[in-house]
Amino acid sequence: MNPLRSFFKVLLATLREIFDENAYQRFLVRTGEVASVESYRVFLQEREAHIAQKPRCC
Amino acid sequence: MKGITKVLLWGAIAIAGALALATIALHRGEAINAMWLVVAALCTYALGYRFYSKFIAAKVLTLDAMRATPAERLENGRDFVRTNKWYLFGHHFAAIAGPGPLVGPVLAAQFGYLPSTIWILAGAVFGGCVQDFVILLFSVRRDGKSLGQMARDEVSKVAGTVAFIAVISILIILLAVVALVVVNALRQSPWGTFTIGMTIPIALLMGVYLRFLRPGKVLEASILGFVFVMLAVFGGQWVSHSHALSGVFTLSGPTLAVLLIIYGFAASAVPVWLLLAPRDYLSTFVKLGTIAILVIGIILIRPTLQMPALTRFIDGTGPVFAGSIFPFAFITVACGAISGFHSLISSGTTPKMIAREPQTRMVGYGAMMAESLVGIMAVIAACTLQPGTYFAVNSGAGMVGQTPQAAVATITQWGFPVTSDQMNELAKHVGEQTLFFRTGGAPAFALGMAKIFSDSLGGTAVMAIWYHFAIMFEALFILTVLDAGTRVARFMVQDALGHVWAPMGRTSSYPSILVTSALVVAAWGYFLWQGLHDPLGGINSLWPLFGICNQLLAAVALCVATTIIVKMGKARYMWVTLLPLSWLVAVTFTASWQKIFHSNPLIGLLSHANQLLAIKPAPADLARKVFNDRLDAVVAGFLVVLVAVIVIESALQWISVISGRKEAATREAPFVATQYAEESA
Repeated sequence: MNPLRSFFKVLLATLREIFDENAYQRFLVRTGEVASVESYRVFLQEREAHIAQKPRCC
Repeated sequence: MKGITKVLLWGAIAIAGALALATIALHRGEAINAMWLVVAALCTYALGYRFYSKFIAAKVLTLDAMRATPAERLENGRDFVRTNKWYLFGHHFAAIAGPGPLVGPVLAAQFGYLPSTIWILAGAVFGGCVQDFVILLFSVRRDGKSLGQMARDEVSKVAGTVAFIAVISILIILLAVVALVVVNALRQSPWGTFTIGMTIPIALLMGVYLRFLRPGKVLEASILGFVFVMLAVFGGQWVSHSHALSGVFTLSGPTLAVLLIIYGFAASAVPVWLLLAPRDYLSTFVKLGTIAILVIGIILIRPTLQMPALTRFIDGTGPVFAGSIFPFAFITVACGAISGFHSLISSGTTPKMIAREPQTRMVGYGAMMAESLVGIMAVIAACTLQPGTYFAVNSGAGMVGQTPQAAVATITQWGFPVTSDQMNELAKHVGEQTLFFRTGGAPAFALGMAKIFSDSLGGTAVMAIWYHFAIMFEALFILTVLDAGTRVARFMVQDALGHVWAPMGRTSSYPSILVTSALVVAAWGYFLWQGLHDPLGGINSLWPLFGICNQLLAAVALCVATTIIVKMGKARYMWVTLLPLSWLVAVTFTASWQKIFHSNPLIGLLSHANQLLAIKPAPADLARKVFNDRLDAVVAGFLVVLVAVIVIESALQWISVISGRKEAATREAPFVATQYAEESA
């Protein structure tokens, strides 16, 4: 694969991990649901406690 | 042949690094190029990673690629998830990189560029990176346990309690400090205030967009948010030129403080999806992008450092903050060299996502190296300013004179020439009314960054845009620390109060949420208010207290790490963590002692209180100022006692194990072979 394309692929995947898009995909796989407002609401509820207690660094 | 090439390559890197460090350390009386700092940093990190971290991985920790990690054994698709090492590196770096490595080195630049640079490089390679790496690995081997749990299990119950108190203390003081930095950056600045104010409705819009319009499309929403933020940066210029609107957004320090306190309370109490999560995503996007642009900008224009290697203020008479080079340079630089806060991340989400043990080296050691590089960039941004400008911006009115004329006379007399006309011209270029007395580090960093950016792209004509972009960049993720930190502290207080009265521990109970949010906001709000109303308080006394707290937490983490190394039967390698621990103890003990008892009222809190009491006639707010000084002294004393307790508890464990009185046994999760043995580590 073109090294530049490979770099951007890794970069995009990293951003998707940082921005929790992958976490949502995993949630959909785990629960067998499809992407929708309702499933995202359930995902956010599950994620909320986790996000809210995550420390932020100085 | 391949071996010889490798030796030659690493030899060349070592020589280049040594040459760069020698240039930085030995040049006196003439300006050097910032690229020397970049080369020294990159070579030091390369050598540290290749040799020192590999030594720790192989000899001390004996990383085992065949051992299943919690992400594999406990995989649940939620917290425990095997994650690609590059993605996890990005995740970990985004979590550990905050405003500390930007603000700390800017403040410490009053000593010159040399002390900060040396400490950022040595502190990171031998201290910060080591701490993050070993804590990450030890947490991985204990099913992703937190630092507090490891302290309780491996050292003692007292150590676990101390870790909890340390975390709460650091959070409260950190929140006050970052709030003060934001207030100082935005006061009397309609452009900055408008831009930052707009990020709140933008975050709310992103929250609604993500939840109802395009569920799960965070990257897309973040790009949209970023575009809106950029529009807010440009819109701020228009607002600052508008007679009708500029008055609305020109706010005093106390007004901004009240608004921040209300914001902190609201962020702690409203649903996460509405404000906290979108702001977090937005700030991460801006943070990663801006740091990348800054690195590219510095490499492109290769600026000259205007600040000398060492200034006259190494003796402790500096106007930015009082205190001599030892211990205060090491306290002030903070997160660019070592940060106890990172140990919370290394024992939080990251260990639950590590796919193979050897990856802890790249994620733990490597991400801290990247954060250290951010610290070096901050040193460069501050030191490319003319020293006179740097001191005029960063010095409080209480230190250099109450008027701009008095300030330029004092600073020029120190040997750093600056004129009111120069400062006014610069303020005009960046679209501010004045740049005098803009303490806290953020405005000076923004100035340095704007200079580097405008030199690379657009020239003076766009300096105002870059300056306010930089202010927005800093304030945006400082506010993220503020809102998320308030919420985290609220959870911790709820957890602690729940042991006293069960209903207070219910995290979804609204009365409990309101009471505990108010408690947390009142705690950091008090320190913020105190900092605003005391010319010798503020960043001058709060940042050292924050530094002490942060390094106390690092000391707790290194005590836990050393204890585990000793219990692993590897006492001969305990120096790896004992060395940085000893240094931190020396620094925090000396700094705390000086903050409490130093005879110079600019440094010692008690002598400052005594000086105030001796003033005749007594000033109107005497009692409050004296109380503030004494409270800060008690906080500093309390922290040093905590350090002492944890060090003694840990040392007792080491002595027991080394002398054979206690069996060398750790509480690792049992070994389970990985199912992914064929995968490359």
